[in-house]
Amino acid sequence: MEPRTLFQKIWDQHLVRPETASTPAVLYVDLHLVHEVTSPQAFSELRERGLKVRRPDRTIATMDHSTPTIPRPADGTIPVADPQAAAQLRQLEQNCRDFGVPLLALGDERQGIVHVIGPEQGLTQPGMTIVCGDSHTSTHGAFGALAFGIGTSEVGHVLASQCLLQSRARTMEVRVDGRLAPGVSAKDIILAVIARIGVGGGTGSVVEYTGEAIRALSMEERMTVCNMSIEAGARAGLVAPDDTTFEYLAGRPFAPRGESWERAVAAWRALPTDEGAEYDRTVTLHADELAPMITYGTHPGMGMRIDDRVPDPRHVDDPGQRSTLEKALRYMDLTAGEPLLGRKVDVVFLGSCTNSRISDLRAAAGVMRGQRVAPGVRMLVVPGSQQVKQQAEAEGLDRVFRDAGADWRESGCSMCIAMNGDQLAPGEYAVSTSNRNFEGRQGKGGRTFLASPLTAAATAVRGVIADAREFVQP
Amino acid sequence: MTIEPIRAFTSRMVALPVENVDTDQIIPARFLKVTDKAGLGDALFADWRYGPDGAPDPGFILNRPEARGARVLVAGDNFGCGSSREHAPWALAGFGFRAVISTFFADIFRNNSLKNGLLPIAVDEAAHRRLMALAAEGGEVTVDLASQTVVLPDGGSVTFPIEPFAKHCLLNGVDQLGFLVGVGPEIDRYEAEHPARVATLGA
Repeated sequence: MEPRTLFQKIWDQHLVRPETASTPAVLYVDLHLVHEVTSPQAFSELRERGLKVRRPDRTIATMDHSTPTIPRPADGTIPVADPQAAAQLRQLEQNCRDFGVPLLALGDERQGIVHVIGPEQGLTQPGMTIVCGDSHTSTHGAFGALAFGIGTSEVGHVLASQCLLQSRARTMEVRVDGRLAPGVSAKDIILAVIARIGVGGGTGSVVEYTGEAIRALSMEERMTVCNMSIEAGARAGLVAPDDTTFEYLAGRPFAPRGESWERAVAAWRALPTDEGAEYDRTVTLHADELAPMITYGTHPGMGMRIDDRVPDPRHVDDPGQRSTLEKALRYMDLTAGEPLLGRKVDVVFLGSCTNSRISDLRAAAGVMRGQRVAPGVRMLVVPGSQQVKQQAEAEGLDRVFRDAGADWRESGCSMCIAMNGDQLAPGEYAVSTSNRNFEGRQGKGGRTFLASPLTAAATAVRGVIADAREFVQP
Repeated sequence: MTIEPIRAFTSRMVALPVENVDTDQIIPARFLKVTDKAGLGDALFADWRYGPDGAPDPGFILNRPEARGARVLVAGDNFGCGSSREHAPWALAGFGFRAVISTFFADIFRNNSLKNGLLPIAVDEAAHRRLMALAAEGGEVTVDLASQTVVLPDGGSVTFPIEPFAKHCLLNGVDQLGFLVGVGPEIDRYEAEHPARVATLGA
């Protein structure tokens, strides 16, 4: 048999009907994750057509995007102040009830950001196809699952048929050799990758991350890398499963047990890309050369080393790219050639499906222990799930953040997408551990610098953009 | 379920010479708290289109008289990047657009558009420059999906690629959900041969 890539193996295993010259492949979906924002119109479509959800037992819903994260009253109620958001949440409850779809609702101790709870519950497993009406579904690729975001029409397709119409993607290998220096993290790897290949560089491709630096990452770090694959335009990100993957999964609520665990691991070990299999394109980075990264512009590809200076549009040859950079610097109110280190910020946001897991909170707390959030800075710490929140509280991390003067919140997407009232005021600057620095993403007129949890914590303490390497022991 | 087939149409173009227009610009997240698709045209490009007081910014292209009735938007590279929100093509279609021209489109946006009768027309850089210049003058083009061409006023034309199946569906009003449901027996067979990898009902 021809040597195959990890992507090709998963693809082949899920073909209900292969691609032809005139029709796309029909691809089977193992797990469909659903949330309140991109599903209502899909359920309505099923209702109008008198269709059922084909496999409610391969579907699971949660509430995360528009949910409040403010501390809850002692009486156990969870008030949702925004009537439109409240109606959307009620609609999801109704849809799940009517169609028999399991729901981890607000108040459930397993509720959280959909891309945090899938892995946490052991729902996300190697070799699966996973979809969700959310572009950061690429996160689950960290397990060697083919996982990608879909629109609401396709949410309807999967609800009704458990399948998608798909054309085969190209493959891209992003190899990261070497080792990361202290203070440099998974977030810096992926920001460097996007700066290198560009926000459209992965379009049409599934990216597989390989190399020594990737193998050395924990599962949570691999999730951070795969999460932002979409920010390079990639359809999905993948990391081949290995012992790190199996150790993470073992014993999780939905993971296989006993003999079926042994069988599953044996099958998962056959998934990694075969020796001699070819990718359509390979890009190589050297981890040793990486520094903490930060974005200066209005898309995630506008990133640089934190000790670098804001680029000068006059040095950009392509007229389209030049005007894009000029527009971005105008929006950010930054001057070409200025350093970002030492620049005052108003808000620090630690959270999102990119960086809200327990290791992210531990890293930030490590920098902030015994320190105070600088005057004039508001810091929001939003754990990715209720389980992360409980774990953090058990370890006393919440005390570290609270004692520093940060806000300790309930789980949700929060200020990453700013749908729930957590947002920047016009003109405010934030260092944010989330994934998008688009104009207005964190609130109309708000300005976002994307960075790692370590950089966010260092910045919160200093009150100005700071180099995390000064805070960690080599 | 019947879907309106797409026919050739002639329309003025609107120029939006911005690269990497992300779906947060096309429709900001605060407009996603809806449970239907209606009325999203009003929120199209909301942060660029309306001032802090909510009044339309007369300088923004969509608020200018020449945009009225235009069905074709010409924008820069990598249109529709970012979030998977289908609200983006719903908003564009709700405003009245039936085609967007760029050099390339983000994958999910492209997929979503094709399911809503909004044509993502990818052309090469030279053709793009020509169309952008023409759009800036308020020029008209004829978009014909059947021949996959955009015909310019001088009689010249530009071809564009489109997935054969999407083209077939759009031209014949074929509904993809109906198509997939029709694959049912093959899906039954696949499920019989492949045990579930995970069961969510234990939640």
